[in-house]
Amino acid sequence: MSDDLRELYQEVILDHGKNPRNFHASDDATNEARGNNPLCGDQLVIYLKLDDDGKVADASFLGKGCAISMASASMMTDLVKGRSAEEAHVMFDAFHDMCTGEGDGADLADDIDKLRVLSGVREFPTRVKCATLPWHTMVAALKGENEISTE
Amino acid sequence: MTSHNPIETDTAMYDVEAIRADFPILSRTMHDKPLAFLDSAASAQKPRQVIDAVREVYENEYANVHRGLYQISEAVTAKYEGTREIIRDFIGAGHTHEIIFTRNGTESINLVAHSFGRHFLNEGDEVVITELEHHANIVPWQMLRDEKGIVLKVVPITDDGELIMSAFDEALSPRTKLVAVSHMSNVLGTVLPVEDIIRRSHAVGAKVLIDGCQAVTHIPVDMQALGCDFYIFSGHKLYGPSGIGVLYGREELLNEMPPFMGGGDMISSVTFEKSTWAKLPHKFEAGTPAIAQAIGLGAAIEYVNGLGLDAIAAHENDLLSYATQQLSSLEGLRIIGTAPNKSSVISFMLDYAHPHDIATIIDRAGVAVRAGHHCAQPLMDRMDVPATVRASLGLYSNRADIDALVRALGDVQELFG
Repeated sequence: MSDDLRELYQEVILDHGKNPRNFHASDDATNEARGNNPLCGDQLVIYLKLDDDGKVADASFLGKGCAISMASASMMTDLVKGRSAEEAHVMFDAFHDMCTGEGDGADLADDIDKLRVLSGVREFPTRVKCATLPWHTMVAALKGENEISTE
Repeated sequence: MTSHNPIETDTAMYDVEAIRADFPILSRTMHDKPLAFLDSAASAQKPRQVIDAVREVYENEYANVHRGLYQISEAVTAKYEGTREIIRDFIGAGHTHEIIFTRNGTESINLVAHSFGRHFLNEGDEVVITELEHHANIVPWQMLRDEKGIVLKVVPITDDGELIMSAFDEALSPRTKLVAVSHMSNVLGTVLPVEDIIRRSHAVGAKVLIDGCQAVTHIPVDMQALGCDFYIFSGHKLYGPSGIGVLYGREELLNEMPPFMGGGDMISSVTFEKSTWAKLPHKFEAGTPAIAQAIGLGAAIEYVNGLGLDAIAAHENDLLSYATQQLSSLEGLRIIGTAPNKSSVISFMLDYAHPHDIATIIDRAGVAVRAGHHCAQPLMDRMDVPATVRASLGLYSNRADIDALVRALGDVQELFG
């Protein structure tokens, strides 16, 4: 098996993929958005609960998708908790740049450097959308949009 | 492991290794591994004979058709029009002018929806389709429903992927104006009983459109024996170029139908006050057509005829049995689509890995499959799966391809199992 496959499917990703964290609907979400990838049929819903200061008090998701998208959503919902919308956008930009090859992930702040395990998708152009779909959906939810679609 | 085993198939005359030598791409590698191309249902590879035919057009024969008053235009027009006769013969149509060239199967269905549908169907009229249709045979009818107020009825299938004929009978009514069904499912491989479907549909006065994109590469068809009203297929799945598709329509219907698109080539005369239409088939072929692609499709059909569709089907059925047996022996693998009458397509799931992850991993082993919803999202919902992996066979597929797939699934098991 090739090294880039082992790099892509690291143990951490397989674990998050099999046992996603925060994998549930939310009754008291303030922001909610649905993400679709019409090309492959992946779908997920991101639930965010913003507190009075505009910080993410809670985050969760539901959906169907591959190990990459499930792991990405699982880690994202863990990491976004406690952050302001602005901080979430900064995190999105750093993650997005890493996945698309514009950054190497080295500039990920220490508190989100665990996202670096997903950097292997750079070698798999058709799978980048799998990793970024949850993130685009989270940004849409923060903006108050209900639905986004990537292709 | 190689597949070159003379006792592997009872179709001893079918020399698949010699056939593979006709397909240049099959000798290339993917990720430094021999290419195991198992995605022919999406688009088939092209034999040297087709590639040469297309190149010959551009190197020695090319000019626009139906226009030039010079030798090469007349010669290429004759060759382009001659392709209609090759197609007529291949599908057993009554007349060459019943063969309409389109861009692809999707355009063929849209032509019928726009021309036949908008002209002959009215509010409350019913169009019957099935649960296993490709989006190309769903969306045009939904658009017509939204525009004209027709009713779209969907006939269910069993868990094995067979059409429920009693439900089909129930769906038919005096208001049924069109039955549009796939001849063979692109996801499940199910071959539908189109003879029965056509007979029962005609009994209530409905016209029938058969989507033959998958079937026409595996199953001999005869339009006059079938008696269907429309039959559509694409060139690129039939080992021909992309950009060329076919609509067969019965002469009487095509004559009554208005043009699909307006422009050059489809007119008889034009003034600013009024235009009149060309005769069949050109009434439905506005603009400069896909000249080299049509000629390439002719070469592809002659190639298929040279091998014989019956021999191809026997080879593919033998390989389908082998693949089904090999895949079924893998733990955690479930085949989606187990109708007794199926052909050349195996969709499957692994209970420990998502289809997209499977496709990515086996790609690195040189195995090309399709993973996803296969342009059949309603069917995915019906089978209660988010996506499947689909391995599909062509006339050049061999046991080595299947063995490579099974081996590569071992890598998936190693990572995910």
